[in-house]
Amino acid sequence: MEERKPILSAKDIEITFSMRGRYLKAIRKCSLDLYEGETLAIVGESGSGKSVFTKSFIGMLDNNGSITGGSIMFEGVDIAKYTKESDWLKIRGKKIAMVFQDPMTSLNPLKTIGEQIREVIELHQGIKGEESKKMAIEMLEKVGITDPANRYKQYPHEFSGGMRQRVVIAIAAACFPKILICDEPTTALDVTIQAQILDLIRNLQKEMGMTVIYITHDLGVVANVADRVAVMYAGELVEVGTAEDIFYDARHPYTWALLSSLPQLGEKGQPLPTIEGTPPNLYNDIVGDAFAPRNKHALRIDFIENPPYFEVSPTHKAKTWLLDPRAPKCEAPKVIQQLRSKMKGR
Amino acid sequence: MADEKKEVLLEVKDLQIQFKNGRRVFTAVDDVNFQIYRGETFSLVGESGSGKTTIGRAIIRINPTSKGEIIFNGKKINGKIDKKTDREVIQKIQMIFQDPMASLNERAKVDYIISEGLYNFHLYKDEADRKEKVQRALESVGLLPEFASRFPHEFSGGQRQRIGIARALIMNPELVIADEPISALDVSIRAQVLNLLNTLKKERNLTYLFVAHDLSVVRFISDRIAVIHKGRIVELAEAEELFQHPFHPYTKSLLSAVPIPDPEIEKKKKLLVYDPSVHDYSVDKPSWVEILPGHFVYANEKEVAEYKAQI
Repeated sequence: MEERKPILSAKDIEITFSMRGRYLKAIRKCSLDLYEGETLAIVGESGSGKSVFTKSFIGMLDNNGSITGGSIMFEGVDIAKYTKESDWLKIRGKKIAMVFQDPMTSLNPLKTIGEQIREVIELHQGIKGEESKKMAIEMLEKVGITDPANRYKQYPHEFSGGMRQRVVIAIAAACFPKILICDEPTTALDVTIQAQILDLIRNLQKEMGMTVIYITHDLGVVANVADRVAVMYAGELVEVGTAEDIFYDARHPYTWALLSSLPQLGEKGQPLPTIEGTPPNLYNDIVGDAFAPRNKHALRIDFIENPPYFEVSPTHKAKTWLLDPRAPKCEAPKVIQQLRSKMKGR
Repeated sequence: MADEKKEVLLEVKDLQIQFKNGRRVFTAVDDVNFQIYRGETFSLVGESGSGKTTIGRAIIRINPTSKGEIIFNGKKINGKIDKKTDREVIQKIQMIFQDPMASLNERAKVDYIISEGLYNFHLYKDEADRKEKVQRALESVGLLPEFASRFPHEFSGGQRQRIGIARALIMNPELVIADEPISALDVSIRAQVLNLLNTLKKERNLTYLFVAHDLSVVRFISDRIAVIHKGRIVELAEAEELFQHPFHPYTKSLLSAVPIPDPEIEKKKKLLVYDPSVHDYSVDKPSWVEILPGHFVYANEKEVAEYKAQI
């Protein structure tokens, strides 16, 4: 693999929310490099912090949350130090844009979709009048909306769910952002529409040279889109690697558990492997490995000390004591070893 | 399931469901035929708006039907029926809903939510008996008996769905209609709820009508699958058979859209898009044809000949 320069580099990010005098550490020292042109997928359970982590890249944390440590380098500036809204406005929407899960709530029901696309173009690119209207219509065409000149005048309620999501993507892409963050862009959609939207994002990415971050809990979607995958658990990145690393050679027990609980890998009539227990309460300080209480392969050290990252290959690292040379040998569950042969012919 | 002795629990014949809005009539479901055998998991799959939920709701008498028959245990249960049959249907067919947040009364305690059916049907001898029944229902879905005194908001999504399941089970139903029971749940919880549904099915000899859009889940849980498109069932077959040999172009496109957790296959995959204009039904009218034993498809004669050539 060639040396690539990261377009965005987060280092030891910590994010804390204050809730009625108590402090909740949502993100605990996450480091991640994002390379130009790639597609990175962040997977994890709900509440693992995947949305919060990426929202910190565009200053969209809720008011009671803040970045309490670490740095996010983007275009030579540490954007983690930004505090003023005016600083964020130069980045948010313009250089880093976001697509949200529910296309119904992310569009304004009182404005025509044309106005909503025009709004971003006028605000960020300073293009006014007929020119911006022309651009908005072009954008609609680009995201695969037929008869864009007429659709331009319509309101969100006149669109179907898939079409609405296309509009949201058009708004996000209207300013030619460098990075596009897609937060569960297809969870609210049907499978057939989901496949179309994923295709659309892929094509836009190629055409406009964007870097894309997907946040999702659907590993099928991850396999479809991702070049690299980051697995998140309880506010930590437990495993990072290329899609091949994660699907064919996962090393972290949490990644194993996530993969083997997929119904696609299940044997009919047999129970699916599940992850027992619940994620830790992030109000408390976590001693040792956060996943240890739910981990079938947990070692004694897991309850005492948080594991460091172990490098499996230059592209692949995992945060588990199982990779320590002193740890007993532990193999991935059978289903995962057989993943390749099982999926053949499907 | 290949035994000869398959007893039909529910039969749907030429079902049509229409919604009227003023003078505008919209046919949501048309010409639907299927049978559900006792002890099997039968799935209805389709996109949103295809009418799959409407069929489920028609079976438990929430949506009125405009044509056709629904026969449960040999008795017609749609349209006008006597009060006794009505009560029997309400008791013997239960439903599990998609969103466990919205389907539980947030102002009632779990104890009341679960025993509401018991109250309505006086299915308990005395207070102690009712309490005991609630406790057993909670235990059977993997919840602790002391949860009975809590409110729904104190539970996580997966636990709430378990409460929904307990509420359905306490009535000792024969048929359970599960309308997207896991699509609102988190990945790690999904497997747990799927396992629970399967265990309960075995223990109590339940029959499921499973309504879903996620084909990967459906393949895992169902014995037979019906694919529904725009209110019409276009193909029906045993689960593996349907995945191995789909005939109808819509089924093919639906299968091609299922994400597979393998980057190599997934990235090479070609998406098939269904174009209804491939069917020329102007002269040659389509019908419901059994193309292979137990494998039905909605097609006209010309298409049947084409499909047969593919076998």
